[in-house]
Amino acid sequence: MTILINDKPHELDEPCSVAILLERHGARAGSVAVAHNEQFVSRANYATTIMQDGDTLEIVAPMQGG
Amino acid sequence: MWTLADATLQSRFLIGTALYPSPESMRQATQASGSEVVTVSLRRQQAGSGGGNDFWELIRSLNVHVLPNTAGCHTIKEVMATAHMARELFDTNWIKVEIIGDEYTLQPDTAQLLAVTESLIRDGFEVFPYTTDDLVVAQRLADLGCRIVMPWASPIGSGQGLLNLYALETMRARLPQTTLIIDAGIGKPSDATRALELGFDGVLLNSAVALARDPVGMASAFRYALNAGRAAYEAGVMQPRNMAQPSTPTLGTPFWVQSN
Repeated sequence: MTILINDKPHELDEPCSVAILLERHGARAGSVAVAHNEQFVSRANYATTIMQDGDTLEIVAPMQGG
Repeated sequence: MWTLADATLQSRFLIGTALYPSPESMRQATQASGSEVVTVSLRRQQAGSGGGNDFWELIRSLNVHVLPNTAGCHTIKEVMATAHMARELFDTNWIKVEIIGDEYTLQPDTAQLLAVTESLIRDGFEVFPYTTDDLVVAQRLADLGCRIVMPWASPIGSGQGLLNLYALETMRARLPQTTLIIDAGIGKPSDATRALELGFDGVLLNSAVALARDPVGMASAFRYALNAGRAAYEAGVMQPRNMAQPSTPTLGTPFWVQSN
């Protein structure tokens, strides 16, 4: 199955939680925020939000802004 | 001292954190500005980078209020997700809502702005809506519960200053209870002074400082300009007159003779 993380394709063998994906992505807890299929996912729901084939995940971090 | 949402502030200068030549330049300029509110944003995290922690640590060290924005969003769905991510990441319910309707002018889509503002207020956000100088849109935003409305002076990053004084003065007069912040288009300190002279509560800008030859010097210049504008507003600016009026008293002028 294929998912998109920050618009880049990633292959997964099986459905996988957001918590595991964040760990694989090297994102430190508390330093990023997440949207699954364009819906916000709170930290409390990382472990129970499961990525399915075709899903998208946005992982964002603080940056400069005007 | 004045109140912005629930914060008590000294400075009426809200400043952006982007476009600086370096993080150190941004830090020094922010301090020179005297600002107590800085705008920040979100970007996609690079794999393995851990997050934007250096930047975030720098902002935290400034001990200021953080106003996250939804820059780059074009749809209600994007704004809603971005606002919720920002609230969790920056630990604030403040959100500067930008929902762009036109790429060329970066003019906000005010129809979608009204719709998303209603949803965000329902979700507990303190919405700082970036809007045009359209009076009725500003009134509807206030009707929805916005305590703050942020009209543009001119398009983002254009530095063209206050293009429509009539619209801005009218908005100030018609929304006396709403905190009005000029957001976008300020190019030079005199623009900021003018905005404050008109009774606007504050100014939010970024490019005018960050793109100056000396951002720290320009941040300081804006600080004085804003203070001057506010002091002038409080002191009461005289009404313009069409005809000259001598400022020196004429009574007892030497050599004066009655002509008839």
